[in-house]
Amino acid sequence: MRLKIAPNALEEMQKHAEATYPNECCGFFYGKDGEIRNIEVAKEVTNSKEGDQRRRFEVSPLDYLKAERYADEIGQTLLGIYHSHPEHPAIPSEHDLKQAVPFFSYIIISVMKGKAEVTKSWQLDDAGKFEEEEIL
Amino acid sequence: MAQIIIPTPLRKFTDNLATIKTNGSNIQESMLDLATQYPEVKQHLFDESGALRKFVRIYIGDEDIKALQNENTPVEDNTEISIIPAIAGGIA
Ligand SMILES: [Zn+2]
Repeated sequence: MRLKIAPNALEEMQKHAEATYPNECCGFFYGKDGEIRNIEVAKEVTNSKEGDQRRRFEVSPLDYLKAERYADEIGQTLLGIYHSHPEHPAIPSEHDLKQAVPFFSYIIISVMKGKAEVTKSWQLDDAGKFEEEEIL
Repeated sequence: MAQIIIPTPLRKFTDNLATIKTNGSNIQESMLDLATQYPEVKQHLFDESGALRKFVRIYIGDEDIKALQNENTPVEDNTEISIIPAIAGGIA
């Protein structure tokens, strides 16, 4: 899969990742799906994980419902989830894989010393493994 | 009879339909009917023993069926059932 991320959407995700450092942030993004996935809007969501948010994120079921409704409202497709990896590379963990769903792009932002350094995107393949997506 | 709202990531298993009308008088029957209509979606909702997967939440409107009568919660013609994938992750 290939992705195009609108510059302001990318900036919003990276800023969010830096603002929540050293904790993990999370959010959804929306756009149009096709041969190239176009991400147009990013929207942050509360990390509802109770406990250590430096290593975990969680989205509440109601926030998920709201995200689906928001996609309908703006006439775009809910294309995936972004989250940050403070002081870790932008590579999905075992934990990420365990809870991953098909179709969604998983954008991971590596934040080192408070700065968003590397942004990568991943999607489950048919065998249930993460495959890196090309960000154009 | 109820309507099930399919979350975006599972729509590729329901011919890209966002809403499916199902037969059944409660959640359990509605979910099973959905799996009968769209067999590909089944493995994403139920485990090998036929129970709902741990990472799948079911809501009626804004309410978790766990706060109602779980899978036995009755449904009516205009009941909107949402399937919600649990979204979580983290570092190693
Ligand atoms: Zn992660």
